[in-house]
Amino acid sequence: MLASLLIVFREVIEAGLIIGIVLAATKGVPRRALFVAYGVIGGVLGACLVAAFAGEIKGLFQGSGQEFFNATVLLLAVCMLTWHNVWMAGHGREMAREMRQVGAAVASGERTLAALAIVVGVAVLREGSEVVLFLYGIASQPGTTTAGLLGGGVLGLAAGAGMSALMYYGLLAVPAHQLFRVTSGLITLLAAGMAGQAVLFVQQGGYLEVFTSTVWNTSWLLPEDTIIGRLLHTLVGYSDAPNGAQLIAYAGTILAITLLMRWEHRRHPRRAAVPAPAE
Amino acid sequence: MRMSVLGLAAALAIFAAGSALADGAIPLQLKDHKFTPAEIHVKANTPSIIALTNNDPTAEEFDSTALKVEKVVAGNSSGNVRLRPLSPGRYPFMGEYHSDTAQGIVVAE
Repeated sequence: MLASLLIVFREVIEAGLIIGIVLAATKGVPRRALFVAYGVIGGVLGACLVAAFAGEIKGLFQGSGQEFFNATVLLLAVCMLTWHNVWMAGHGREMAREMRQVGAAVASGERTLAALAIVVGVAVLREGSEVVLFLYGIASQPGTTTAGLLGGGVLGLAAGAGMSALMYYGLLAVPAHQLFRVTSGLITLLAAGMAGQAVLFVQQGGYLEVFTSTVWNTSWLLPEDTIIGRLLHTLVGYSDAPNGAQLIAYAGTILAITLLMRWEHRRHPRRAAVPAPAE
Repeated sequence: MRMSVLGLAAALAIFAAGSALADGAIPLQLKDHKFTPAEIHVKANTPSIIALTNNDPTAEEFDSTALKVEKVVAGNSSGNVRLRPLSPGRYPFMGEYHSDTAQGIVVAE
C-alpha cells in the first residue's frame, strides 16, 4: 500500500502543481472550475488510452513512438501556456480592473481557459498513464490485495490534490494586483522547463543529437531526485545536469514568451483609469 | 484533443525521415523484476544504447534521474534506452514500478 501511495504521489505532484497554478492564474474567471474539471477528466481518459496502447505507441517511429508522444504533448502544453500568457499580457490589466464587475472582458477570459484546460489535460495524461500502468501491474500480480492497492492509490491522489491546494492558496497569498504578474512568471518558467523536457525526449528518441553533452552538473548541490529537486524540476524546469540543447530550448522559450508578451502589451494601449477626455 | 492529434501529425511529418535503430546496442534483460546484467559498462563521453527486453508480463519504467531517462517498456516487449555521452562515473537506474528489486547501474569509464 505504501509503495503504491508513494508512486502515485510522485506522479501526481506535477499535475497537482500545474492545476494549482492554473487555478490561481484564472482567479475570478467564471466557469474556470468547469474547464479545469474538463482537463482532468480528459487527461484521465487519455491516460487510460495511452496505457492501454502503450505497446502500439512505442512501436511508432522505429520504436521511438513513446518519446515522440511525450515530446509532442509537452510542446502542445508549451504552446498553450504561451498563448495564455501572451493573451493575458494584452488583456490582463482590464481583467484585473473589471474583475469585480460582471463585464465582457472577464467573460472573454474564458478564451484562454480552453488552452489551460488542455495544459491540465496534458499534465494529467502524462503522469496518469504511468500511474495506470503501475496500478495495473500490481493489480495483475498474485497476492496483492485490491483494497491495499486502491487505498494507496487514493491516498496518493489525495496527497496530489493537497499539493494543488497548497500551490493555489500559496499563490492567493500574493496581493491581488500582483497575482497576474506572478502567475505569468511562473507559467513562463513552467513552459520553459517543459520545452527543455521535450528536447530531452526527442534526444531519447534518437533525433536532434546535437549539444547532447552535459553543460554543468549541480547534483552535488541539489540532486534532482530529492523532493526539493523534484518540485523545482516541475516548477522551473530545474535539471541537475542539463545538456546544451535543453538549455537552448529553455532560454529560447523564455525569450520568445517575453518578447511576445511585450509585443502584445504594446498592441493594447493603456486605457486610462479615469474616463478618457471627450474628443 | 483534436489539437494534440494535429501536433502528433506535425511531429510525424518532421521526424518521418528519422534514423533507424542503431547497431551495437547493449542488451539488458528484465525478468522477475530484476535486471540482468545489473551492472552495465559503457565508454565514457560516447553516446550508447541499451536494448531493454522486458520478460515480465507487466509494464516497467526504466527510470534514472542520474541518466535523465524515463522509458516505459510494456510487458513481454522491448525498447531502446538511449544514453547521452556520459562523463566517467556511476549512474544508478531502476525499474520504477518495482524499485525494491529492479535496480542496476551504468558505469561509464
